[in-house]
Amino acid sequence: MQPFDLAAVFSNPDFVSMILTGIRFTFLVFAGSWLLGMALAAALLTIRLMPSAIAQHAVAAYVSYHRNVPTLVQLMLWYFGISNLLPDDLQAWLADHNGEAIFAIIALGLCQAAFFSEDLRSGLRAVAPGQAEAARALGHSYLGSMRWVILPQAVRNAIPALVNHSVSLFKNSSLAMAIGVAELTHAVREVESRSFRTFEVYAVGTLFYLVVSLLLMAAGAVLARRFRLAAAR
Amino acid sequence: MLSVLQIVRDNWLLLLIGQYPYGPLGGIAATLILSVFGILLAFPLSVALALARTSPLRWLRWPVTGLVYVTRGVPLLMIILWTYFLLPALLGHPVSGFTTMLCTLILYEGCYLSEVVRAGIEALPKGQTEAAKALGHGYFGRMRWIILPQALFNMLPSMLSQFISTIQDTTLGYVINVQELTFAANQINNQLLTQPFQVFFILAITYFVVCFTLTQFTHWLERLIAARRRGGALPASARAALEDDLPLPTGEELL
Repeated sequence: MQPFDLAAVFSNPDFVSMILTGIRFTFLVFAGSWLLGMALAAALLTIRLMPSAIAQHAVAAYVSYHRNVPTLVQLMLWYFGISNLLPDDLQAWLADHNGEAIFAIIALGLCQAAFFSEDLRSGLRAVAPGQAEAARALGHSYLGSMRWVILPQAVRNAIPALVNHSVSLFKNSSLAMAIGVAELTHAVREVESRSFRTFEVYAVGTLFYLVVSLLLMAAGAVLARRFRLAAAR
Repeated sequence: MLSVLQIVRDNWLLLLIGQYPYGPLGGIAATLILSVFGILLAFPLSVALALARTSPLRWLRWPVTGLVYVTRGVPLLMIILWTYFLLPALLGHPVSGFTTMLCTLILYEGCYLSEVVRAGIEALPKGQTEAAKALGHGYFGRMRWIILPQALFNMLPSMLSQFISTIQDTTLGYVINVQELTFAANQINNQLLTQPFQVFFILAITYFVVCFTLTQFTHWLERLIAARRRGGALPASARAALEDDLPLPTGEELL
């Protein structure tokens, strides 16, 4: 084996630009699917709070599907399967506009919505029933009591789980490589096959994922502590 | 819908066992063998890691904590690539994709499972340790006869959830051409070319049926254990400890 030499990778501008593009796509997929997941999760939670058994079962089925089917299979179903059912001009447009990344964001976002909505629901259920009653007794409307009393507590309860699922979403963005998104893991493999500097390239990729994951975990811990302090005041 | 049934009728054997006996075992059989052996071999590793993490010895606790954090902070895909590259280099001869995937799963699931075991140990009331000490048990006697039997029993549902995650994680073997269920579906798709939606729909439903059945069994087991423990240990704190640590929270809310 050759000696460990990072310069062998970083002295080549092609390799550097591939890795930087990879990092950009990793963040794009992560941010896109996080936002989509959170927006959908809020919608799912609202539907689940409605007093309709059908609506609740529909959401439960949605969550169950996304939790029991492997994420990679969901990605494949979207990219290979559902894309094929779309009209031809839309398929052509997607092919011209990073269709892989769009489908990765859709698939990961829909999957993440199931996890986020369950986190929020657990947080909501952990709020004592007396809180809602007290808020109504103080003269808050339903929406007012949600906005000022229930939701702040629910979100605070849900933060640890939401952070954990955000970290796993960040790591799962690497799965997008299997459908050809040029994200970091894809870039790492590409540079490796061209430079034969496996050890160095893998180390760079691994370190990047590790640092961002740990930063996300640390940010979550800070957030949780600030919320606890705010609650204690 | 008809075409889905047609594809299943034509390819059920490939989905079930892959190209066996004319090639390596594949399909659902390989997926299940990989995940069952993965979790069984990860189990002793996870107990060892959990004992090290809860150990009073710093030189034991710190490196293992580091290992668990690194494993939890890096995508499984990256770890698979590392094993794929390092294992043959270390052993000095080529290693099959199946073995590579199995080794990766043992390490990866072992680290995640160790968090489950640790949560189980830490959720036990302090009185258990103190009583065991008072009875004259040493560290290993205490762990063997008092702490681990309770902690592991209480954590059975979470371990089963980890097994479900393991089944889902085997799909990533696709990237290094491990012949399992996802690989078989892609083979069928490459033969047919015209019906990708139907093929991947079958694939998704198959995983759903397997994992959903196990999830329901986990809920049942959870209720059973909760009933047996009523008035005993601290189910609420155990659950809270788990939800703080694991990416896949278990609990009644799973469905």
